[in-house]
Amino acid sequence: MAQNIDLYDAILNGNAKKAHAATEAALAAGADPMGLIQESMVPAMDEVGRLFECEEYFVPELLLAGRAMKSAMELLKPLLSAAGQRMAVRIVIGTVKGDLHDIGKNIVASMLEGSGFEVIDLGTDVSPENFVSAVEERKPQVVCLSALLTVTMPAMKLTIDALKTAGLRTQVKVLVGGAPVNSQYAKEIGADGYSENASGAVGLVKNLVAEA
Amino acid sequence: MMIVETARKFTSLAIPNQDQFLYGACPHPLNCGLGLMLGAGQVFPEVNFTLPPMSITRETWAEVKAHYEEMAAQILRRAVSLAVPGIVLEFELLPAMTDEPEWGAEITAILKRHLSAAHEKHKLPCALRVTPTDIRDQQKPPLLRTGEPWQRLRRSFELCAEAGADILSIESVGSKEVHDQALMFGDFPGIVFALGVLAPRDMTWLWSEIVSICAAHPGVIAGGDSACGFANTAMQLAHQRMLPEVLAAVVRAMSCVRSLAAFEQGALGPSKDCAYEGPVMKAITGMPISMEGKSAACAHFSPLGNIAAAMCDLWSNESVQNVRLLSGNAPEVFTEILAYDCRLMNAATAAGGALALRDWMTASDEWLSPQAAVLSPAATLRIASAIVAEETPYRQTVAAGRVAVDILKEGVVAGKLRLSRKEQQWLERIEASLDELPAEESALIAVLEEQYGGLYDKASYGL
Repeated sequence: MAQNIDLYDAILNGNAKKAHAATEAALAAGADPMGLIQESMVPAMDEVGRLFECEEYFVPELLLAGRAMKSAMELLKPLLSAAGQRMAVRIVIGTVKGDLHDIGKNIVASMLEGSGFEVIDLGTDVSPENFVSAVEERKPQVVCLSALLTVTMPAMKLTIDALKTAGLRTQVKVLVGGAPVNSQYAKEIGADGYSENASGAVGLVKNLVAEA
Repeated sequence: MMIVETARKFTSLAIPNQDQFLYGACPHPLNCGLGLMLGAGQVFPEVNFTLPPMSITRETWAEVKAHYEEMAAQILRRAVSLAVPGIVLEFELLPAMTDEPEWGAEITAILKRHLSAAHEKHKLPCALRVTPTDIRDQQKPPLLRTGEPWQRLRRSFELCAEAGADILSIESVGSKEVHDQALMFGDFPGIVFALGVLAPRDMTWLWSEIVSICAAHPGVIAGGDSACGFANTAMQLAHQRMLPEVLAAVVRAMSCVRSLAAFEQGALGPSKDCAYEGPVMKAITGMPISMEGKSAACAHFSPLGNIAAAMCDLWSNESVQNVRLLSGNAPEVFTEILAYDCRLMNAATAAGGALALRDWMTASDEWLSPQAAVLSPAATLRIASAIVAEETPYRQTVAAGRVAVDILKEGVVAGKLRLSRKEQQWLERIEASLDELPAEESALIAVLEEQYGGLYDKASYGL
């Protein structure tokens, strides 16, 4: 399937209305939903990611592109479900218990979503029990834990321990991030990965999923 | 008994002249705590400290208290050793300590005991600033004026006041639920809506409550707020190349209006250390401010290391964990760093060189970042003048944004401020957005209802 230039450009330029319209037109012309994702939408988001990495784009351009992608996905998701298909990777994300900060977590969630992952955002102040429930019920491949405060970092370990106790730890990759966290701490608490920024988190998820 | 001043309106500048706009001095000095006079000629350290990575639970509470005992003892030991002329300790409650108001009050009492002992034994002028966490955003949309989180926050203020706080402050978060989203998407009308329409409404309501609590506790001063969750968030994201620096600088200027609302309701200063908008508050109100810069690198980086000190009355380290360094524990280390910073400023003042030092601190940073460019004495006075010339918070916010854009553009034209092509495009985009804003806030509210109406609780803003 050839790349749909209108859809690609709409996402690259963060135009949700045009992305929606281009997707509608493509589907009306008989385009394959998964083909649109793989040939047009994911490449557009890859280019957006590249532009962000080389500082041509800031987060707003990145998120607008993600919003455009989401707008197109709204049309495609029902068709994928009907065909028994789903997004390849599901991610559960949240700020750990005791911590109300969410802007960093929101940026990571938006960038992951914009990169084609299915993201379930549990919000802030999420208890280990709620992370466990989400893993049991939603069966993600990846869990992302965020914390901004030094005093809430221990809740990351409690969450990982809770996943172990529930017998779920081997079913998911756990990533951690936030201002006070570093790779050494991630290793100490038994996380699978750490990123110091949002774009790094996307790359990390891609690598971990590819390895799995 | 403290007189409660309510709803004063600032229509002119308390410091209209750049040459009178100095660190350590303000038209309305403030007597607070145990013999400490702020803004009367000297700058004092304000030391802020926090726990190392650890859980705060009933099981760890004894260990938590031991940390605060240790930090207070070591900070004051260093302060006495270096003969500081005065000091403020700031206790920023962690969320769990506001959730359990008795916990915050217990730590407050510990710190006040140490300060009182130092004052009694060494005649050290000192004060304790206590800053509960704004926990009202625990649900979406946040309920700011009702509900359990607000009740606990209010109780926290009351108990900390009873336990020995001399100054009460907060980094309030009203409208952050809208601002975060607008900022992340670079939606300028949304940013203006949050900063100029919603935030001033919450600040006005919240600070009338805080001023009332202070009035009921003689000697306790309503300090001031900070746009930390707004302008510092933008500044840090810009520092990480995630947002345009020009956007963060304009957000800083516009955030002044919501922070001013605390003073309009009766706050007396010092405003919070992380309120980089503080100099605008000082120019308008004539009240003392706290600032942080190079000596707060323990907590975060900033492009404002020197310029932030140019007009400060307290000089802070923002926050440092109680961890061991080679010389001693970090809070004691940063007490020494702040003490020497203040010594230099005070020695310059004593020698008649305050204006020269202020200008050197300004010149060393001013044109190296958009954020610093809007914080010089001259820029600050321009922003302050634009604010007091307007009637409503919305118009004031827009006016502050326009002046910030003008300052940045002038800096570029003069060849002083260097912006990348992308940054220049954003500056043009911001200017165009300002031009397109409606004249009245009611029109903006209507336009943005569909986009942001689901994010905030109207009753929380009296809408």
